[in-house]
Amino acid sequence: MAVNALQPGYTGEVKDRVELFHGNHLIYIGWDQHMMICAPVALPLPPTMPFGALISDVLPTTAFAAHPDWPRIDWSQVEWLRSGKPFKPDPGKSLADNGLGHKSALRLRTPGLDGIGATGS
Amino acid sequence: MTDKTTAAAAPKKLSLKAKYAQLTRGLGWETTYQPPDKVFPQTHFEGIKIHDWEKWEDPFRLTMDAYWKYQAEKEKKLYAIIDAFQQNNGHLNVSDGRYVNTVKLFLTGISPEEYSAHRMFAMLGRNFAGVGPQIAAQMQSIDELRHAQTQIHTISQYNKYFNGMHDFRHMHDRVWYLSVPKSYFEDAMTAGPFEGIVAISFSFEYVLTNLIFMPFMSAAAYNGDMATVTFGFSAQSDESRHMTLGIECIKFLLEQDPGNVPIIQRWIDKWFWRGYRLLTLVSMMMDFMVPKKVMSWKEAWDMYFVQNGGALFRDLERYGLRMPKYWEQTVVAADRLSCEAWNTFYNYAAAANFNPWCPTAEDMDWMSQKYPGTFDKYYRPRFEHYRELEKQGKRFYNTTLPMLCQTCQIPLVFSEPDDPTQTCYRESDYNGMKYHFCSDGCKDIFDHEPEKYVQAWLPVHQIYQGNCFKPGTDPTAKDFNPLAAVLEYYNFGPGDNMDYAGSPDETNWLKWKGLAKSGPLKMAS
Repeated sequence: MAVNALQPGYTGEVKDRVELFHGNHLIYIGWDQHMMICAPVALPLPPTMPFGALISDVLPTTAFAAHPDWPRIDWSQVEWLRSGKPFKPDPGKSLADNGLGHKSALRLRTPGLDGIGATGS
Repeated sequence: MTDKTTAAAAPKKLSLKAKYAQLTRGLGWETTYQPPDKVFPQTHFEGIKIHDWEKWEDPFRLTMDAYWKYQAEKEKKLYAIIDAFQQNNGHLNVSDGRYVNTVKLFLTGISPEEYSAHRMFAMLGRNFAGVGPQIAAQMQSIDELRHAQTQIHTISQYNKYFNGMHDFRHMHDRVWYLSVPKSYFEDAMTAGPFEGIVAISFSFEYVLTNLIFMPFMSAAAYNGDMATVTFGFSAQSDESRHMTLGIECIKFLLEQDPGNVPIIQRWIDKWFWRGYRLLTLVSMMMDFMVPKKVMSWKEAWDMYFVQNGGALFRDLERYGLRMPKYWEQTVVAADRLSCEAWNTFYNYAAAANFNPWCPTAEDMDWMSQKYPGTFDKYYRPRFEHYRELEKQGKRFYNTTLPMLCQTCQIPLVFSEPDDPTQTCYRESDYNGMKYHFCSDGCKDIFDHEPEKYVQAWLPVHQIYQGNCFKPGTDPTAKDFNPLAAVLEYYNFGPGDNMDYAGSPDETNWLKWKGLAKSGPLKMAS
């Protein structure tokens, strides 16, 4: 039973269907151990965008860039998680081909960078 | 029946019980045009079994007689005090201009929910099949409407002098963080009548309401806000009656049928968690927003939930109920909750209808004392970093929209139960789509009824879909500024948002009080 409703067989309107986002997919990105940025960010991105462009063109325009650890990131050492599981993205391939579809959650880990005063902030 | 026979049968002075019986006489008639199931169609689909509605002890029956007189007296007193407050410029007596942000939070985050409760109880009054609950729900519906009205009238005095309150009703349906209380009540209102009353009368009013009224009213008293204290007192005697309804209804439902127990336990688990998430706003009010502090969030949670709530659930064990699921997580998080919440409003100061600030050195020392295990270790370095940036004129604003929880609609700002330094993520797949949550509690709620929560109006997603701009806005225009367009849609004007330091509220406050400017943004000159 997917809902306890008066009307048998009731279904609800899915409010965040991919076709409502003007050709974009909604991608969530969080930076582990950096809770100064209070929450992961939500970004509408073209599914054809190469993963490399996400790093070079998109992330620098987000709140992440305001964190003091940002300029210190060694991008060759960054670890990635997709839906909480480690994965190795191919920077030349698109977001979609990297398995990042609508409403996927992506996390980055930057070992050695543990936030303001190494507090996870 | 004629008047003559009634008059003949009734003694001159009726007992309370007899008066109540007279008031409700004939309300529980046998329907003849339609079968009872069709007249009360909502009483079956939730799985709750009621064998005898007569067993419902209406807690209003004992106080009914005094109700009208007492309510009228309270109204008279309240409005006399509001008049005096206005004539004496009572708004100038609060501890500090920053305090008024607490009032803004109350008016936009709580008063509209009094109105939601009024609507919900009107619906319950119609949908319950028994006379006792019908009357109780209708009376509470009237109370809730009175609460909304008295709060709006009282706070209107502040609205004449401070920003952020002018369109509270408009904002309630649009502003991102107000979707948290709004969706909470809409979830209850769109449930069946039994879940609705367990959600609001028991899980909220009986278990958690002390954590709203006590902090706001005590903080008001400590900070010289006599207007808020007055409507608080006016509502308080109603609240105790509502709490009685909460405990009566839970006992009635549990005693009617053993099959009701697991259903009610699941509702308590759900509504405890939803209520706890809603109280996030109260935690930051207590620890960060009131200039003169009453007690910490952790102290309040320990007293009102862990101790009082614990005793309540021990009493209810004989009915087969246990403490709400995940309550242990709330105790672990008590050391972190207000810091996680206030950081969120510091991040998104541009998009809230009040004026936040970086805690002062004095504020931070208070936090260190109240939270010796966590504040200095995890949060002080962050706030000191903010202060340093402010001094350099580089105040940090988060300009990227956050990821929201599908259930409580709060951004994912909460930490893992076992790690205060790491954001908590939970995820579910449903019908080929991913859904995300801030916690196990919120994920469980979704997983049980996904078809309900796929419909959530999540402010961030709605902005990206283009649904949060005023008609005529062209998002394809070259100079289109989405944040400015969203704030226009919220009806925000200058001074409604952004920091307290440098705000029109601060400027006016200092002028009215004849004070010099101070605070973290003080210039060296």
